[in-house]
Amino acid sequence: MQYLLLIYQNEVNDAKRTEAEANARSAEYGVFTQSIIQSGNFKAGDRLQPTSMATTVRVRDGKTLTTDGPFAETHEQLGGYYLIEAKDLDTALAIAARMPGAKYGSIEVRPIWVYNK
Amino acid sequence: MTPVEIENIFRSEAGRALATLIRLVGDFDLAEDVLQDTFAAALERGEVPSNPRAWLVTTGRNKAIDRIRRETAFRTRQDQIVHETKSRNTDATGGIGPAEDAMDDDALRLIFTCCHPAFAIETQVALTLRTICGLTTGQVARAFLASEDAMAQRLTRAKQKIRLAGIPYEVPQHDALNARLHGVLAVVYLVFNEGYAATAGETLMRPDLAGEAIRLCRLLDVLIPARSEIRGLLALMLLHDARRTSRETAEGDIVLLEHQDRALWNRVQIAEGLALVQQALSEPGRPNSYAVQAAIAALHARAPSFSETDWPQIAGLYEVLVRIAPSPVVALNHAAAISMVDGPAKALALVDTLAACGELDGYDLLPAVRADLLRRLKRDGEARAAYRQALESTSLEPLRRFYLRRLSELS
Repeated sequence: MQYLLLIYQNEVNDAKRTEAEANARSAEYGVFTQSIIQSGNFKAGDRLQPTSMATTVRVRDGKTLTTDGPFAETHEQLGGYYLIEAKDLDTALAIAARMPGAKYGSIEVRPIWVYNK
Repeated sequence: MTPVEIENIFRSEAGRALATLIRLVGDFDLAEDVLQDTFAAALERGEVPSNPRAWLVTTGRNKAIDRIRRETAFRTRQDQIVHETKSRNTDATGGIGPAEDAMDDDALRLIFTCCHPAFAIETQVALTLRTICGLTTGQVARAFLASEDAMAQRLTRAKQKIRLAGIPYEVPQHDALNARLHGVLAVVYLVFNEGYAATAGETLMRPDLAGEAIRLCRLLDVLIPARSEIRGLLALMLLHDARRTSRETAEGDIVLLEHQDRALWNRVQIAEGLALVQQALSEPGRPNSYAVQAAIAALHARAPSFSETDWPQIAGLYEVLVRIAPSPVVALNHAAAISMVDGPAKALALVDTLAACGELDGYDLLPAVRADLLRRLKRDGEARAAYRQALESTSLEPLRRFYLRRLSELS
């Protein structure tokens, strides 16, 4: 079996953390990630940029509607995900608009957090 | 040169210089910072060279390189900037700045980036005013009646989104261009409308915002020539703006079209607007809504007096608008035009149907139009009730005073 573990947390509180607190959290995640890599459970994982960096795509009557933010309807629940590589947001939004789910629900396009190289 | 002269040059060139600097240094904030420094340097020197745009870019770029040099970690980016600008230095300005064509492309890129649909429409307007029109954060905040802190935060988050979400710094291609241009023009028109009749506040008009919208549309007309949508919008704004001085009294009270002194209308601007309407309407294909709205404004501009206005043709053009760009606001305007052709009773029936849909709930011009029709039908009691309703729905002081004036005339 495979499972998706979704991390929910309060972004507003997260943004208020000191650098030391943020580093401590990263270190904690580092230890956890290493442990599940070693145990053979790890498939993939990423940190996401906050919801203020999100863009939502819906297709209605053949027209693509693009809105700022996550703003998923409260009666819509997470049903799946794709991780894609795209050269920029326009490319990602165009791919999102082609997903069957864009016609029935919403596709939230959220950038993956890239740690400083 | 006086500081005011330098500021005027800066204001007219800053948006386009910024657009090129963003591409060269690859960073919105850095580009804005060095451009601001360059402006300060010009004020100190008391002059701006004869080709201000190229000078702003060259000086800004050098300042950016200096800054990056101080942060050695960014060595690679410094090489990139030096490389990029070297390869673009062959141009008509004597080899000191990037070529005009490249700068035109940059200006368009910046407009499309600021008006990207991944931003809320208010953010698109704010970013456009800040980066393309060169307004300060404080001035943008005032346009939104927001605090400077809140506006600064909104702008910072928007620029963060450009970087972190990968909003491309480019002009959309082919099929995407039409849809995106539509969005850009909507932003320009929003800026204009806020300048033409503010949503709230003490004054009816914000001529600075109307002027910025016209300037931006002129720029778009240069960058994407012969587009009837752009020309139509430019014509519409020029014709509306031409009546500016006649639209309020010295005390800031509203003067209705009916009572405006037509000698105060800006004839040069009207002539330009009329020529543009002609061009916009002669394009093949279905006329766009801006061109039709401009055609309506043109009929008002050409009428020697209120009573000699060609109302049947205006009502006809609103019917075209109802067909090609239906909206409750267009339907309301159509009803107002019908009142001048078929009388207020017929118009009132249309307005009441519209009110029953509920789509214009809370929009003060709906009860205001109703009130005016009832007043003309001598149904004073109902007119008073409608004016009171309009009074409650508006946050614009001159409009409040106008509704109060009508109420006192009716009692």
